[in-house]
Amino acid sequence: MRSDALFIGVEVDEDVARDPQLAARLAEVCPVDIYATAEDGTLRIVEENLDECVLCRLCIDATPPATVRVLKLYEEGAVLA
Amino acid sequence: MRFYEYESKEIIRRGGIPTSKGGFGRTAEEARARAEEVDGPVVIKSQVLTGGRMKAGGVKFASDPDEAARLAAEVLELEINGHMPRGVLVDGRVEVEHEYYAGVVWDGLRKQPVMLFSDMGGIDIEEVAQTHPDHVGRGHFSNLLPFSDFQAKQVIASVGVSGSDLNRLTPILTKLARLFVERDMTLAEINPLARLADGTFVAVDAHMEMENEARPRQKALLDELGVGEDETREAREPTAFEIAGEEIDRQDHRGVAGNVTEFDGNLGLVIGAGGGSLTLFDAVRAHGGKPADYCEIGGNPSVRKTCGLAKLVLSKPGVDKVAVMMSIVSNTRVDIVARGVIKACLELGHDPAEKIAIFRIPGAWEEEGFKILERYGVPYADRTVSLNEAARRAAEAV
Repeated sequence: MRSDALFIGVEVDEDVARDPQLAARLAEVCPVDIYATAEDGTLRIVEENLDECVLCRLCIDATPPATVRVLKLYEEGAVLA
Repeated sequence: MRFYEYESKEIIRRGGIPTSKGGFGRTAEEARARAEEVDGPVVIKSQVLTGGRMKAGGVKFASDPDEAARLAAEVLELEINGHMPRGVLVDGRVEVEHEYYAGVVWDGLRKQPVMLFSDMGGIDIEEVAQTHPDHVGRGHFSNLLPFSDFQAKQVIASVGVSGSDLNRLTPILTKLARLFVERDMTLAEINPLARLADGTFVAVDAHMEMENEARPRQKALLDELGVGEDETREAREPTAFEIAGEEIDRQDHRGVAGNVTEFDGNLGLVIGAGGGSLTLFDAVRAHGGKPADYCEIGGNPSVRKTCGLAKLVLSKPGVDKVAVMMSIVSNTRVDIVARGVIKACLELGHDPAEKIAIFRIPGAWEEEGFKILERYGVPYADRTVSLNEAARRAAEAV
């Protein structure tokens, strides 16, 4: 799943988005509440919070490698490494 | 926060300083009752938080309670500089032999209180200091160490007061200095401090201002004086623009983005908090710029709060452009502020490159911030450009 705001976009692999454990972990680690869980436990991206992203990488570190990608849309969509 | 005269006199009375007889009344009948208590000629003073009462007719003299009630009714209807009086102070008239001035004020440069004393009371101390500097005594003192009488005595003696006057004035200035510290005042003055025919002294008029942040600590005093928690005691009521700024700042706990003061210029300012914002505001004016606002931003506010503040400033009628400037930041992220102000422009349908006169915030995450600014063509400056130069560019951009 992918969601874009003005400055920041987030791409999450479907396997991660559908995994209630990983979804809950993402919701827990994000300091600006970009991630939340839906009623069925799957991941929901809170679009209005995307531009608050502080590029802290906690979501990247909390999930299997390369399954969550933070995109800097102001830099031609560069992926936060 | 400022106190009314009747509150100021009550504060100094509680501090052990003698005051002229009298009291506060909200109605003509209460004024009559206060005059009856005085049992003699009285002066009726409008209780407003502004100057120029005498010229505006807000001070009247009455010889008996009936006249006091009649004059109080007139004064209570009189608007002075846009302020309606809260009530009247009914003060017993005293036969003054000589007028002195006693005050304590916070010296921001020395970061200490300073006592001021003059044997030329009854007029503005600033005027006396300018025209008769040898008649104003000064003395700094610690607000941490205990205060000693001799410190006050030195200041009073420095203008030539001696003998029993010196002995009687010393405890008054001492009490005022202690009260200043204990009550978290920024200004405490008695003017005039009158010497009566019998050689005693009374405070005829007093003016007190307290540090706003001390309100919780001085709650008991404020409750006793009847000062409501919602009373701002500012020189004027906040404008709709200023109230909107407070609401934006209250959106969340992160950082500061609000505390705006409205001006009537055409250059909107989103400027760094503390001394930096004051310096920038002055620098813009020094270069001929006309600020539309003063504001404070810092402590890493969220993108949403920054955007809200920038939108508020940009939406103000008459604002052509906005200048975003801070000193070098360590606790505020450049990229977050950049996102906020650019977002504000775009959401209002403006081109950020056109609407932002200059963005001069160097510091934390500046590389990321500059990438964002470049992406939107916003003119920006790094730390090699001084605040003064940035202000000049901002002023010239409109």
